[in-house]
Amino acid sequence: MTFDILLQTLASGVLIGLIYALVAIGLTMIFGVMDIVNFAHGEFLMIGMYSSFWMFALFHLDPMLSLPLTALMLFAFGVLLYKLLIVRIVNAPMVSQIFTTFGLMILLRGLAQFFWKPDFRSIENSFVAGSFKLGQVQLGKPQLVAGIGAIVVTGLIYFFLTRTKLGAALEATAADKEAARLMGIDSHRMFALAWGIGAACAGVAGVLLSTFFPIFPEVGATFILIAFVVVNLGGFGSVTGAFWAGILVGVIEVMGGLLLGPEYKLAIVLVLFLGVLMWRPQGLLGKA
Amino acid sequence: MKPTTSHPLPVARMSVAAVALAAALLLPLLVTNPSSLNLAILALMAAQIGVSWNIVGGYAGQVSLGHAAFYGVGAYTSTLLLMKFGVNPWFGMLAGGVMAAVMSIAFGWSCFRLRGHYFAMATIAVAELVQIFFTNWEYGGAAVGLNLPMDKEGWAWMNFATKLPYYWLALGLLVLTLLVNFAIERSFLGYYFRAIKDEPDAARSIGIDIARYKQVALAVSAFFTAVGGSFYAQKELYIDPGSVLSTSLSIKMALVSILGGVGTLSGPVLGAVVLTVIEEMTRAGLGGTGSGIDTILYAALIVVIAVFYPSGVVGSIRSAALRLSRRMRGLPADTGAAATAERSAP
Amino acid sequence: MSLLEVRKVSKKFGGLTANEDVSFSVGEAQVVGLIGPNGAGKTTMFNCVAGYFPPTSGSIRLQGREMAGLSPEQSARAGIARTFQIARTFTSMTACENVMTGALLVNRHVGKARAAALHWLRFVHLEGQADKPAASMTISEQRRLAVARALSIEPRILLMDEVMAGLNPSEVREAVEVVLAIRGLGIATLIVEHVLEGIMPIADKIVVLDRGRKIADGPPAEVSRDPVVIAAYLGDE
Repeated sequence: MTFDILLQTLASGVLIGLIYALVAIGLTMIFGVMDIVNFAHGEFLMIGMYSSFWMFALFHLDPMLSLPLTALMLFAFGVLLYKLLIVRIVNAPMVSQIFTTFGLMILLRGLAQFFWKPDFRSIENSFVAGSFKLGQVQLGKPQLVAGIGAIVVTGLIYFFLTRTKLGAALEATAADKEAARLMGIDSHRMFALAWGIGAACAGVAGVLLSTFFPIFPEVGATFILIAFVVVNLGGFGSVTGAFWAGILVGVIEVMGGLLLGPEYKLAIVLVLFLGVLMWRPQGLLGKA
Repeated sequence: MKPTTSHPLPVARMSVAAVALAAALLLPLLVTNPSSLNLAILALMAAQIGVSWNIVGGYAGQVSLGHAAFYGVGAYTSTLLLMKFGVNPWFGMLAGGVMAAVMSIAFGWSCFRLRGHYFAMATIAVAELVQIFFTNWEYGGAAVGLNLPMDKEGWAWMNFATKLPYYWLALGLLVLTLLVNFAIERSFLGYYFRAIKDEPDAARSIGIDIARYKQVALAVSAFFTAVGGSFYAQKELYIDPGSVLSTSLSIKMALVSILGGVGTLSGPVLGAVVLTVIEEMTRAGLGGTGSGIDTILYAALIVVIAVFYPSGVVGSIRSAALRLSRRMRGLPADTGAAATAERSAP
Repeated sequence: MSLLEVRKVSKKFGGLTANEDVSFSVGEAQVVGLIGPNGAGKTTMFNCVAGYFPPTSGSIRLQGREMAGLSPEQSARAGIARTFQIARTFTSMTACENVMTGALLVNRHVGKARAAALHWLRFVHLEGQADKPAASMTISEQRRLAVARALSIEPRILLMDEVMAGLNPSEVREAVEVVLAIRGLGIATLIVEHVLEGIMPIADKIVVLDRGRKIADGPPAEVSRDPVVIAAYLGDE
């Protein structure tokens, strides 16, 4: 294996890893704040992809331009979902919680398949189409833009959580719900906010992906699985953890695919996941 | 509102069971149309794997969303033993069950230290891995799958020309699985499983080794799920990763119990009947599987049940019956939930 | 040699020291109170003895046998029973079934476990509620149920975590009677408690913790007059 191929693989891995990181950040935020794993998280990504697709196909709006719109829509959708459904199961038995988001996952996939058909769609010739060479490495422009976009959004989230009052309130609720409540922070508002931001993150990841990845109703399936792995590796509830773990998983996935064959890409990630679960369940970067 | 499971209306339970069994025994006399009989068989099969899942998912509270792995292992073990070594399917079915139970030990050892949501995620990961393995395993037919030989017929080789024997076999397997579940429920295991589900730390404080008993529940559950998988192989005479290892199968196994009522004997049976009816109605009535309306319907059903009726159909019926009997005796309908206030403290 | 010997037990969580060099003992059928202001490390010590945390250093011996580092279920089987601050009764079961689940440790036979369970329910005056769902019982009833469940494993020592908190005076008196009755059975009790008027009159010995260390150890009358103890509690105001 030449150095060039290695570098190429590394670059692709990092870029897709950044997308994984963005999806995982949304998932880990919801979990961190309310201890609920959102099995339907991949569907926020799917909806983001379709939103980008339809705005491009129907209104000729480039994904980069429709991105803020999609982000807002998905934020609203996340909050709505919380207020209509999730709020009812916040204190429910765990089986109910699992099955609510799991059922939601199947429902959203089913609805997407019903309304938009199972055909694979793609966005051709968007603003960021094409590729260019950086030294010895060939990078697709959409992938590069997606990676940069993911970094920017992650940065924004990090800034929000650490430098704003609302973000601090969210972190406080994640750390100790009761204490936060005693300080006057309304848990329900924080939960709704977490769902909104979480959905928006996944939605933005979807838009970024839509410029180079096929769009179909079940697309969330692989990403949710990988998002679980990333969240676990990075430590449940940790945004920075999810960021670095996402990049790591992306690299491992692509490297593994290179070494063992593309059909085993997911298997390698899953074996890693189970390995970490066994030896360090709090994640590589989490606290015991 | 959790249903009590000690001796609530035991006479009612026994009579319901007797009536259901009688109906099941009489059904083939009334239903001779092969496709309707097939539907009944599908319902029985769904019930059998639902009851199997329930042992670990409903009673012991370990929600597995990857149970198809055990189903597939059962199907592939008995099929490969038959095809490559000429092993009788009855023995193959047993071997498949044992194989799955052994596999569940590796699985439990790695995943049981995880609680709740994390455990569910781990089960999905394991099932995916098993599916990837079988999809790429040439000896096991890979993605193309395996066609079972049809040369030997009769009860000795679990291969029949008509549907009726399959009905009896499916019914027999369901009754066997229910009996095992019943025996567990009445024994110390039943109490230990429920304790683990309700309050794992309190269970440990009274000497219960929760890791060991979760494993027992999983192994028993895996065994019977695998038996169901072997039966499927013998009936359909064709298996591939998509039919016996898919995520949608895992979902169905859990859904059947959630729908009917986790932690009860009759829950999965009822849930299986309802689900099979819904699937058939939507498939026939709304034309074609491409539309996916049946998926939407039962996803909506999952959500509604999970949010509004967490104890399932059976649980809701029991609560209603309990309220009715209390009202008839002049007592207040609700037995009060003063203690639940303390419980919802974080 | 006492029934339970805690010797120089320390427990650290990362940089935080919850217990430092604590030693005390509980004799056969003794009632020992473990008290101290908030944050003294009582519950941590308690959890170390019961097997929920392994101590960072030190030893915990039950009848000479080393308990430190054993799992909760191993500790239970060795003879250490405990209750929790929140009763944690098994809500899918009736009161009788709750206690049966504990009694099954002594005898796997369900019928015998049921008989034992009824016996323990009578002991805590809950025999009338045997078939009541645990989830619908009052807080005080659930606490008593938890005690019956803990006793059903036939322990040598029962650890009780704030069993009198939030009870009205007559309920406190009932709890006191139960503790005395347990002593009458020859079972020792180690009780973490804030409700001092409940524990001081009945304890054979009081151990006082403050900020992770033991500051007093002796008969209640002595301890209640100890200026160090009084200062620790006043400092907590």
